[in-house]
Amino acid sequence: MTPTEGTIITPADLAGNGVHGNDPDVHGKFGRFGGRYVPEALIPALDEVAAEYEKAKADLDFLREFDHLLRTYAGRPTTLTEVPRFAQHAGGARILLKREDLTHTGAHKINNVLGQALLTKRLGKRRVIAETGAGQHGVATATAAALMGLECVIYMGAVDCERQALNVARMKLLGATVVPVTNGSQTLKDAINEAFRDWVTNVDHTHYLFGTVAGPHPFPEIVRDFARIIGVEARRQVLELTGKLPDAVCAAVGGGSNAIGVFHAFIEDEGVRLYGYEAGGRGVETGEHALTLTEGSVGVLHGARTYVLQDEEGQTIESHSISAGLDYPGVGPEHAWLKDTGRATYEGVTDEEAMEAFALLARTEGIIPAIESSHALAGALRLGRELGPDAVILVNLSGRGDKDMGTAMKYFNL
Amino acid sequence: MTTLHAVFDKARAEDRAALVGYLPAGFPTKDGAVAAATAMVEAGCDVIEIGLPYSDPLMDGPTIQDAVHRSLTNGTRIADVLRTVEGVAKSGAATLVMTYWNPIDRYGAERFARDLASAGGVGTITPDLTPEESEPWLAASKEAGIDTVFLVAPSSPDERIARVAACCTGFVYAASLMGVTGARETVSSSAEGLVKRTKANTSLPVCVGLGVGNGAQAAEVAAYADGVIVGSAFIRRLLDAPDEKSGLAAVRELASELARGVRR
Repeated sequence: MTPTEGTIITPADLAGNGVHGNDPDVHGKFGRFGGRYVPEALIPALDEVAAEYEKAKADLDFLREFDHLLRTYAGRPTTLTEVPRFAQHAGGARILLKREDLTHTGAHKINNVLGQALLTKRLGKRRVIAETGAGQHGVATATAAALMGLECVIYMGAVDCERQALNVARMKLLGATVVPVTNGSQTLKDAINEAFRDWVTNVDHTHYLFGTVAGPHPFPEIVRDFARIIGVEARRQVLELTGKLPDAVCAAVGGGSNAIGVFHAFIEDEGVRLYGYEAGGRGVETGEHALTLTEGSVGVLHGARTYVLQDEEGQTIESHSISAGLDYPGVGPEHAWLKDTGRATYEGVTDEEAMEAFALLARTEGIIPAIESSHALAGALRLGRELGPDAVILVNLSGRGDKDMGTAMKYFNL
Repeated sequence: MTTLHAVFDKARAEDRAALVGYLPAGFPTKDGAVAAATAMVEAGCDVIEIGLPYSDPLMDGPTIQDAVHRSLTNGTRIADVLRTVEGVAKSGAATLVMTYWNPIDRYGAERFARDLASAGGVGTITPDLTPEESEPWLAASKEAGIDTVFLVAPSSPDERIARVAACCTGFVYAASLMGVTGARETVSSSAEGLVKRTKANTSLPVCVGLGVGNGAQAAEVAAYADGVIVGSAFIRRLLDAPDEKSGLAAVRELASELARGVRR
């Protein structure tokens, strides 16, 4: 069997070099964004990861193994669900959900993690480290590490450990060590700092299994490529179901991996509008939000040039969101580029709007979404009213809400 | 104003390594940093690196993180960093700023280089600026007449060392080990090899930092490097001191010990 016959991944699906455009240059630049701003000590490791990835994506055995794991372990292809009762609240537009919530471990993160875990083995490294916000990337990494017999350490902000206690327990059960990070804002950005400190110390035997499309080159490209399958499948499924491409694709944006994953296969489809929804937190006027693309400015954070929430002297401003997975003051450089080129549109969704959409999907369709994904749902409700009843809107339901029950109980007084 | 060139000439003439001390601006207080750095110079530091406190110091270990956090909590801004440089430069030491890239990027490369030169600063150390991204900073520094210092690490292959060294004008900063800043029990054995490989690729002085914290370690490093860089150990003295006066006495004592070390 060749990877193009009967498998869900083809080399072009994975990488899309030349086919789908939008690949970074040799320095990892998407236009003026991306690149590498890291201690020199890490450059050889980043070069090594980049070189091994180039080999892997051209290696049919690697693609077959990845494909096999996605099918038989992660549960791909994920289904597409039309949600008419929910869509009644969106002016009658057709809303289709890409069900990444149905993957093993409950979120899209598993796609990237399986790819990078295979890469870790190719690199000959025996230990993986990762940062996590909502805990989904941590759980996915711990899962892949258990599957492949890798030692696993997860860095998680102490604040996030508390609001996502269930995921901390899952990671521990899977055999990972969870290190609560108590410095700075004690959230995702500080977990990333700590993971980098670990990596520079243990780089000879450790792979940093980066969880989003941010960070230094080649992470934005690798994570995107491993998440691309979301959009590749969804594009095919929407065509089969409706006979045409969607009018718009909606996704939540924190670091941006689920959004890039679903957007990327549509980038060359000019008629398809791409919408990313950032966490508006308590509202833009309060200053307590994670509106990196819509309110931030260009700077450098965690090794890449991108949009950043920062003050006038370049100090990072702490973000806020009810959703730990979107609570990040940076964003992937490719999103920064999509914003600047006008190819994608980014808007904010407040905590309140997201929680309304969270409850609405549960009541109207029997699906409890992750609070992260609820930002995209709230965006789709808004967009549907704007585009009218003939519109077809694809929403990436990036994860399920089980992990968010503690937050929901508090928010809705359940 | 003492230049780096003059510092290394003098050290070479005295057949010793130069002693480089690090402190973040605004720590323990804005004035306290100037006082502590001045004490370090009086007790034998040839060069002072003033750290520009940054919210996300991903190369720094717990000691410097702690100091930087306190400094930011004290409200330290770039104007304070420049004032600190001005104060310390008066002591006669060659004074540099060590900073992550984003604060300079945001402030404006040309403006920062100009303002640093006006404050009496002689250059910068930029630990997360790679040669690939260095062009705007090299141009601005040259224009303002200040030196640039970049880092090499034990993991750096020779061609990479050559590339980094080509971006440096003051000295090359050799990180002694793979890891974050902070004093260690022993100086990493990889340091000497790295210095040797670096010297094969540049005629600039090579200074060793990361993990050096006492006189014996300073002496060990001085045997093969042109300069010895100490940061966390000074900060530790200030953090552990019950009051400012005893903190000053403690950094003075450490600087004397290190100064004897580089002369052994």
